[in-house]
Amino acid sequence: MTRGFLGRRRTARPDRLPPGQYDAGSAWPTLTAEATPRLDLDAWRMTVDGAVESRQEWTWSDVQAMPGSSYVGDIHCVTTWSKFDMTFTGVSVDTLLEAARPTAAARFVMAHSTTGYTTNLPLEDVTGGKAWVVWSVDGKPLPTGHGGPVRLLVPHLYFWKSAKWITRLELMARDRPGFWEQNGYHDRGDPWLEQRYQGDP
Amino acid sequence: MAAPAGDWTTGTIIELDHPTDRLVRLRLHVDDRVDHLPGQHYVVRLRAPDGYTAQRSYSIASDPDDPLLELMVECLPGGEVSGFLHDVAEVGDVLELRGPIGGWFVWEGDLPAVAVAGGSGVVPLVAMARYARRLGLQDKLRIVVVARTWDDLPYAAELQRYGAFIALTRENVALENGQSRVAAPPYPDEMKAYVAGAERAYVCGSVGFASFATRLLEDAGVDTDAIRVEQFGETG
Repeated sequence: MTRGFLGRRRTARPDRLPPGQYDAGSAWPTLTAEATPRLDLDAWRMTVDGAVESRQEWTWSDVQAMPGSSYVGDIHCVTTWSKFDMTFTGVSVDTLLEAARPTAAARFVMAHSTTGYTTNLPLEDVTGGKAWVVWSVDGKPLPTGHGGPVRLLVPHLYFWKSAKWITRLELMARDRPGFWEQNGYHDRGDPWLEQRYQGDP
Repeated sequence: MAAPAGDWTTGTIIELDHPTDRLVRLRLHVDDRVDHLPGQHYVVRLRAPDGYTAQRSYSIASDPDDPLLELMVECLPGGEVSGFLHDVAEVGDVLELRGPIGGWFVWEGDLPAVAVAGGSGVVPLVAMARYARRLGLQDKLRIVVVARTWDDLPYAAELQRYGAFIALTRENVALENGQSRVAAPPYPDEMKAYVAGAERAYVCGSVGFASFATRLLEDAGVDTDAIRVEQFGETG
């Protein structure tokens, strides 16, 4: 216990707020480790490769033409803010993987950004309606600082897993740490288990 | 090489002072401390009697060689953790700490680098500067810092002694040659001498500052891929 610390009034602390998080309200903080890229949509490609039967590559207009899918709900950043009732629209990662057909050996995925940022995820965390590649938030184009024009969205995990400026999903038989994961952050990052750093449960 | 990472531990406040109205400087003895690299941070976790906790990350200001861990915390309006550290914490208090954390925004003295920070974003640069001075590596680390006024700049005098380029946007800066630099953000031309030869660039500050400083470095000829950013948002 910290002497003299009572904390904010929390009679209304909602059940939907994971442990150690606070409600950021209308603010949407930006956290980025690299310089924000100037992304050319004509040159941008979305690739799914690695442990797949059929490597796929889509242009910007290709992904826009895919069946759309939305997520309405909350997001949680490891720096302790959470944001409620966001609406993201794009394409389900399931749709991308159905085309590429992961091999039986595929168990993990590495998300790659145009900046070189990477983050690793168990395959089951990006399948079954749990992950999207999105380009719109609350009905507007995704701003560059928040990963626009296109980012990964894996809202049930801490938000560093939702790689900004996504360009590639690499299917892998064995896990490999991504950018923050090499720098001390957790390989899975479940906010309800407070899996913030390596060594957390 | 993986950066050192420490688990949860506790630290006792040995020294505490308020360099300005909005800053509190804490020097802590950390139990079972894991030595950090310049640029890493710690998490401070406060725990209420009913088990409620609040935690925030703060950059380390101290040299790894310093027997104590130094944090410089800016008091944010309504800041739950910064407000407590500013108004309630006292010498002798024990805090829950986790660190060091982060292996990206670190400078180990291997590459020639330029570091640019705004306001309280200077804190990790102070750790880098202290490390550079102790090891005689000042030639390998050039520092540019930006603030509205001298009083808004933590460690202003120490950074000036280090040889940092200080740009104030609302006050003139007195220079050693008796002249003064007129209030303005840094210009790309002023950056040339500081970025020359740098193979790595560090940017630390608010979201707005980070995008300004990134563009400034790019305009001064720094390769985008060489820039590492640590930014803090309007998280209260």
